[in-house]
Amino acid sequence: MKASAGQRGDKVRSDCYIEIELKKTGRLELNIQSKVASMYGRTLKDDILKMCRFFNIRHALVTVEDNGALPFVVAARFEAAYRRINPSLDKEYLLPFNKKNQYGTGKEKLRRSRLYLPGNEPKFFVNAGLHAPDAVILDLEDSVAHSEKDAAQMMVRNALRAVDFYGAERMVRINQLPKGIEDLKYIIPHNVNVILIPKCESPEQIKEVETEVKRLKEVYKIKNEVYFMPILESALGIINAFSIASASENNCALAIGLEDYTADIGTPRTPEGRESFFARTMLINAAKATGIQAIDTVFSDVNDMEGLRQSVVEAKALGFEGKGCIHPRQIQVVHDAFAPTPDEIEKARKIVLAFEDAEKKGLGVVSLGSKMIDAPVVKRAHKIVKLALLNRLIEEDWRNEG
Amino acid sequence: MKLQPNAAGRLVPTEINGNKQTPFKGVNKFRPSGSKAKPPVRTCIDFPRDGNKVVKNLKEALKKAGIKNGMTISTHHHLRNGDAVTNLLFDTIKAMGIKNIRWFPSASFPVHEHLIKYLDDGTIHHIEGSMNGPLGKYTSEGKMKGIGVLRSHGGRYAAVQDGEVHIDIAVIAAPASDPFGNANGVSGKSASGLIGFALADSEYADKVIVVTDNLVPFPCIPWQIQGNNVDYVVQVDSLGDASKIVSGTTEVTKSPDRLLIAEYVAQFIEDAGIMRDGFSFQAGAGGTNLAFVLFLKERMKAKGVKARFVRGGSTKYLVQMLEEGLTDYILDGQTFDLEGVRSMRENPGHVNTSPFTSYNFHGKGNFASIVDTAVLGATEVDLNYNANVVTHSDGYLLHGIGGWQNCLYSKCTILAIPAFRDRIPVIVDDVTTLCGPGELIDVIITERGVCINPIRKDLIKALKKSTLPVRKIEDVKKEVDEICGGAPAKPRVNKNKVVAVIKWVDGTVLDSVFQVRKS
Repeated sequence: MKASAGQRGDKVRSDCYIEIELKKTGRLELNIQSKVASMYGRTLKDDILKMCRFFNIRHALVTVEDNGALPFVVAARFEAAYRRINPSLDKEYLLPFNKKNQYGTGKEKLRRSRLYLPGNEPKFFVNAGLHAPDAVILDLEDSVAHSEKDAAQMMVRNALRAVDFYGAERMVRINQLPKGIEDLKYIIPHNVNVILIPKCESPEQIKEVETEVKRLKEVYKIKNEVYFMPILESALGIINAFSIASASENNCALAIGLEDYTADIGTPRTPEGRESFFARTMLINAAKATGIQAIDTVFSDVNDMEGLRQSVVEAKALGFEGKGCIHPRQIQVVHDAFAPTPDEIEKARKIVLAFEDAEKKGLGVVSLGSKMIDAPVVKRAHKIVKLALLNRLIEEDWRNEG
Repeated sequence: MKLQPNAAGRLVPTEINGNKQTPFKGVNKFRPSGSKAKPPVRTCIDFPRDGNKVVKNLKEALKKAGIKNGMTISTHHHLRNGDAVTNLLFDTIKAMGIKNIRWFPSASFPVHEHLIKYLDDGTIHHIEGSMNGPLGKYTSEGKMKGIGVLRSHGGRYAAVQDGEVHIDIAVIAAPASDPFGNANGVSGKSASGLIGFALADSEYADKVIVVTDNLVPFPCIPWQIQGNNVDYVVQVDSLGDASKIVSGTTEVTKSPDRLLIAEYVAQFIEDAGIMRDGFSFQAGAGGTNLAFVLFLKERMKAKGVKARFVRGGSTKYLVQMLEEGLTDYILDGQTFDLEGVRSMRENPGHVNTSPFTSYNFHGKGNFASIVDTAVLGATEVDLNYNANVVTHSDGYLLHGIGGWQNCLYSKCTILAIPAFRDRIPVIVDDVTTLCGPGELIDVIITERGVCINPIRKDLIKALKKSTLPVRKIEDVKKEVDEICGGAPAKPRVNKNKVVAVIKWVDGTVLDSVFQVRKS
């Protein structure tokens, strides 16, 4: 019995290939080739032996071709290889949980940028957070080949435990239901913050996810809140946008996926995006009607930064609050384009000051000059000030300026 | 072999290839004395009156130059990985049955893997220059007969000047030459921009052979190499692969992590107050070293700041700065792309320099210490800011020193490096090979933070209000070790066998490279 997992070849980096051949008798044989043998050869061998002991592998030939895989990657590959021999395996090899990864999130957290990381490509993981996206998405869905879905589950699980994303919200995009339900046990116990539910078309799907999440949270005694971001990618999904948005208290945003949507309505996707205008505004209104965020699709030309900027400006004008990123260089452009304009900041500053003044005086009504200010406007003004601070467009002591 | 610790605490041999050595004494602690080397007196009456020094071929030239066993033969590296001349040279020497040559290149490239068979068969005794790629591996495995000597570009010039290295025959590949031997690198199909690394060789070698694939009528202008120093001129069909001599165009790295480092570098230069009117900086062609120039340029434009000069390694990006008026001069040591070559040919503000003008230890002053900031790379840095550029953490020699040691003398030396590559930590407890003493290295900029050498209190203070992630180098190292699964093991080396030594810019021995034991 023989199985393997991982990537091999000259071009591979930060990954390894592991093959396990179980034998009836004989000793445990290791055949380890590593690019970093002089530095971590010893550690690597020890780790492989430890896993053999953990899974009670005694008679086998274990072959490792390592191109600088980090420990969490080696562990994921080993377990995936072994699980392919023994699919009913009931134990998981878990490395210690990195203490820096225990942070939770809030429903209204800023989600301007979310960086997609293909779930089976660990080389992109360790530095992703350095580029300061609001969120990272470990993707189990479209970026993972069908034959690697199982390996990606273990890779994403291990990444959630080991990789420091430096404060970025920790999102995972599960597979389309029903398969996506099976993904949950690999992520819920490991402090995922937000689950992206792709190709969502009905409120029942959200409920289904919610039920399983609830169950797993109880089993694993998970305290941190887990939020959902349904992705609407079809005509039916768009038509059901409001009922999907209101299907769970833990929905934090609705996102739109335009590649599949345009295919579904039978038109090509154009740069102007007239074909998706209805879908986008529908989704925005459904989200706002439920008090959650509306998040735009990804911009897929990584070399066209001006195009990206324009697309964010347009999205912002429509009411979107976030954009998907497929390359770290897109993050800053997205943040800059979502940043409030000087005009917006000045207005917001006055409104927030008037609100604070009214609060101090114990007034129930906020007014600026002769105008009364409604609560949603105050809320929006607070948001703008926060964004301006984040983008360093105003100083920390902005109250004393101007 | 007798080893003794030097002032940096590194074990170094007292004798190398039969020559007595001075161990490193500390930065600016060694002051050589005596006279410079002097080439013999020549008279013009011994040379053709019509100025035609062209001989039939390289073999003829070497024969006339009196080639003998055990001689020192020098080459330059302006043809980079496109160089066919050095390989032809040693094919010829081998055919002539000459042995035990000390090859003294200004640098070597992977294309010189061809020479390994001549190291094997004794045609070449050892290399003093750089041992890159395959030659580095060969040397590290202890296969070279003599001990390799690595010098910086400035250190090489100094070694020629003070007589530590006497060149018997210099073979200078020239993209353009006249029959008298006046030569340059700016024109012809193999144009390399300049050939300044051959300057000392042309002045101090006993015999000088110019090899060209572009013989022009006298005079060859500009004469970066003066024919008055040249004995013979050889015409060949081709100096090598032009596309590997200079690239058609140098591209900026696409790696988001490198770009992040480059952005930090540019911001550091501004936040530290270095970027002001009339400032100067050193740039190269490596991934991050090229990219920071673009970010710095945007900052300079935004603030209306203009540089007085930029030290290159020139590329089209530096040329653009020159042409847009963002710098008055490019002082260029080597050109990396066709735009650099064109600019050097056409623009008087794009100046050809040699290691003598740039960073000569035996000069009356040092350009390198006038430069406001130099942005360099490294393979390893340790907690004392000591850095390595020649070996990797596995102990193998892989790179030359280049001008790196010399550039450390800038007013603010920045190493722009990833904190680790794959599972190879770059920030370590102790560098495998010491190439640059930490006291000359001011700032380490990684994707995980900016580390300022504690001796630079002024920079620490200047960065107090910066939004850059300024961190202690120990913190960054700790994080890297956590990611990689512990600190890396040291390479297994044979401490009884020195395969190469690292010279400091003053000619003293800074560190030894030991034979790698195969694991």
